[in-house]
Amino acid sequence: MSSPLDIYPISEEAPERAVSASGMPLDRLTLDAVVSGQVGARDIRISADVLKLQAGIARAAGRDRLALNLERAAELVEVPQDVILETYEMMRPGRISDPAPLSERAEMLRREYGAHSIAALIDEAVAVYERRNLFRRRY
Amino acid sequence: MTSPPRWRRFDEWDTRPLRHDQFAVEDPEAGFATFHSPWDPAPSARVENGRVVEIDGKPEAEFDILDSFIAAHHLDLDVIDEAMAMDSGEVARMLVDINVPRERLERLARGMTPAKLASVVSHLSSLEITFAYSKMRQRRTPGNQAHVTNAKDDPLQLAADAAVAVALGFDEIETTMRVASNSWSNAIACAVGASVGRGGVLFQCSIEEAEELRIGMAGFTSYAETVSVYGTEAAFVDGDDTPWSKAFLTAAYASRGIKARCTSGASAELLMGFHEKQSVLYLEARCLCLQRAMGVQGTQNGGIDGAPLTVSMAGGMRELMAENLIAVWLGLECASGNDTRVSESEIRIGAKITPYLMAGSDLLCSGMGSIRKYDNSFNPSLFNGEDVEDFLALQRDLEADGGLTPIEEGDIRELRMRAIKALAAVFRELGLAEIPEAWMLSVAAASGSLDTETFSTGEVTRISEAIRDRGLTAVDAVRALEKHGFVHEAENLLLMLRQRISGDYLQTSAILRDGKVISALNDPNDYQGPGTGYRMSEARRQAVNGVRDLQTREKVLDTERRVDPTAEPWLIAGREANKGTDPREVVIGLSPAFGNELTQTTAGHDLIDVVLALTDGVREGGGNPRLVRIRHTADTSFLGLTAARLSGSGYAIGIQAKGTAVIHRAGRLPHMNIELFSNAPITTLDHYRAMGRNAALHALGREPEPVIVPTEGQALGARYHVRVAMLYAIETGLVIPDAPPLELALSIGQGGMQQ
Repeated sequence: MSSPLDIYPISEEAPERAVSASGMPLDRLTLDAVVSGQVGARDIRISADVLKLQAGIARAAGRDRLALNLERAAELVEVPQDVILETYEMMRPGRISDPAPLSERAEMLRREYGAHSIAALIDEAVAVYERRNLFRRRY
Repeated sequence: MTSPPRWRRFDEWDTRPLRHDQFAVEDPEAGFATFHSPWDPAPSARVENGRVVEIDGKPEAEFDILDSFIAAHHLDLDVIDEAMAMDSGEVARMLVDINVPRERLERLARGMTPAKLASVVSHLSSLEITFAYSKMRQRRTPGNQAHVTNAKDDPLQLAADAAVAVALGFDEIETTMRVASNSWSNAIACAVGASVGRGGVLFQCSIEEAEELRIGMAGFTSYAETVSVYGTEAAFVDGDDTPWSKAFLTAAYASRGIKARCTSGASAELLMGFHEKQSVLYLEARCLCLQRAMGVQGTQNGGIDGAPLTVSMAGGMRELMAENLIAVWLGLECASGNDTRVSESEIRIGAKITPYLMAGSDLLCSGMGSIRKYDNSFNPSLFNGEDVEDFLALQRDLEADGGLTPIEEGDIRELRMRAIKALAAVFRELGLAEIPEAWMLSVAAASGSLDTETFSTGEVTRISEAIRDRGLTAVDAVRALEKHGFVHEAENLLLMLRQRISGDYLQTSAILRDGKVISALNDPNDYQGPGTGYRMSEARRQAVNGVRDLQTREKVLDTERRVDPTAEPWLIAGREANKGTDPREVVIGLSPAFGNELTQTTAGHDLIDVVLALTDGVREGGGNPRLVRIRHTADTSFLGLTAARLSGSGYAIGIQAKGTAVIHRAGRLPHMNIELFSNAPITTLDHYRAMGRNAALHALGREPEPVIVPTEGQALGARYHVRVAMLYAIETGLVIPDAPPLELALSIGQGGMQQ
């Protein structure tokens, strides 16, 4: 019976499954490819599929919290950097005085990126922030 | 009678470095409590309808942000009742029981509240915590992390120092800046420097989160540990985050293929003024439960910035170890503090690191200063560039792997220059700067930034902004390195990018060794008692033991045994020595190797000069010296006593080649000598002359003041005994049992001395 642990480390045990966000497989990420200009910024980004594989490996290793985090990460792979940073900023205490924009952000991430567990995390934050009065301006 | 005087020892103690350290009384109300405070809650947990409705005495309605997150994401409902019902002392004993597997204890931790975890580890002594840590830590092979920074944010120095850190064996290097806008320059410089030599080292550029993510995405860095969490709600909010914002950030790092760990440590809340009168251990247990709950793979924990404040309290160092233990017990990678310089006392520094060397740790220091203290932009670390060799010696002493490997002076010369040239090539290729050779030479030789001729900080800022604004990435650096012939370095840097695609180093406690990821998954700590867990391989042991300037017999004999085979012998042996009759006679008994195989004392005096000093001294005191060669013993007492029994006066001097000398008298017990120079390394020719004089005065029936060789308390054994032992073996090797003493003629000196 095979376990997700059998493919760890992926770079050694299943390199064919290590494919970057752009779809470039690991074996094409060579020095020659870099020198000849065939490697761009997106080619050195991790893919959601690989993060899900690592989540499965973590879970099989008895590390379910880490697995959940890696699954949340997989949902964020396609989320642009500025959206990530803006969302992070909104989640910090005292940035917004009204919970609505944060709830809307959760909904947008769910709708546009299928980021369900990220959205659930944000929804949970909204509920606790309201109860703990964190929707108040700090500056 | 006036009042008794102040004992001057206190004056001396007042000048010791230790007196700079502050020690605080226990005062829980003010937050000064390590393990227990009256305001700490008793452990409790209650589950109703599948939800945690009480944690540590607090009902759900009163949960603050930490309780809420811990209830929702840390506590495992399948384990909570079982774990909370267990006796804390019993669990503490399980932690140090080699027959209880790590996995079983980790399962229980998932059902324990912060107060419960704290109450368990409070049962353990420092020794027991150390032992439990060695059993519970996650990755089997220990590792270490370096700080690489400098006061000028000089990229050339960063490259050279990063290469040195890699050569020393650090698994991670972390940089930060004096000027925040220099971050991109720091990032490229360290990334390029770290690609020289062994390569395969994780790298972090510590800066504000958004910028750190951008630098990570550009491929320069591979991990982040700035995800700070705090043990009270007020401190958390003051730290400008919540558990949810940090959990989001943690996922964001992973989504970019960047390894992340949280940071928390005792006394952070105390420093921030929001401690809620609770013990630092309880607050830290909350932080750690939160980190597991967030799903981060690891923690930088064990005081960190609050470490000096923690060790100002009684039991502070024990507390720091206890919080590290909770971290690994919760299944987290632990970069175990030992970063902030907690004391001005080098003794306290050495004591602080020792348990970690013995237990091992995922990363012993969450930043050892590989650079000079003044160059550390994080603040001085527990160990720094100045004392890296002390750390290497401790590894060797304890045969403990602290993750570092001794470096060779010649290799480092080449390495530093190669790192500087590699960065210069990248800067040239990318049109960032041209580096004059004088700067390269200056930085290569410099121990720290005070010595360097290099960029001004403003020039660095312009380079840094150009890297950012032009969107340069690690791919550009790889291409530039390759183009300028730094193919090995290009491959090493590319290796880090390839690793990012596979995500293997996102798993718990992952580092790279020999280009391959090892983590708690494929290198799990399997300690179950003697013979299990991490043991250094023979090759690793040899590497750790190979510190600089090892003494070998060949080396010692080459330098100390300066025998010139063409020289005329200056001591000429004659017939068997008889007892003399001259009442003024002082016999000087020379050891078997004296003046033939060995030619100088450990103080470096030529033995000819020593003999002349002794004989001149005897004459000054009114005696007549006579030299004999003693062959049946090399022991000072027996040399002296044998010579005394041949002496007309009954008084004699016995001396070994290394310079240890004694005045003896016939008829005394062997070890009841009259005067002894036991500290040859600090014995001068004047002392030998005075000894000769005193021997003569004794012979004439006077009672001279004994000659005292003053010592300043040097550790003479440490300084000399390796050489002494090697040289003394030559003396004993020449001993011929039962061989009688021989008369000796001195062919030189005051008119020569003919027998």
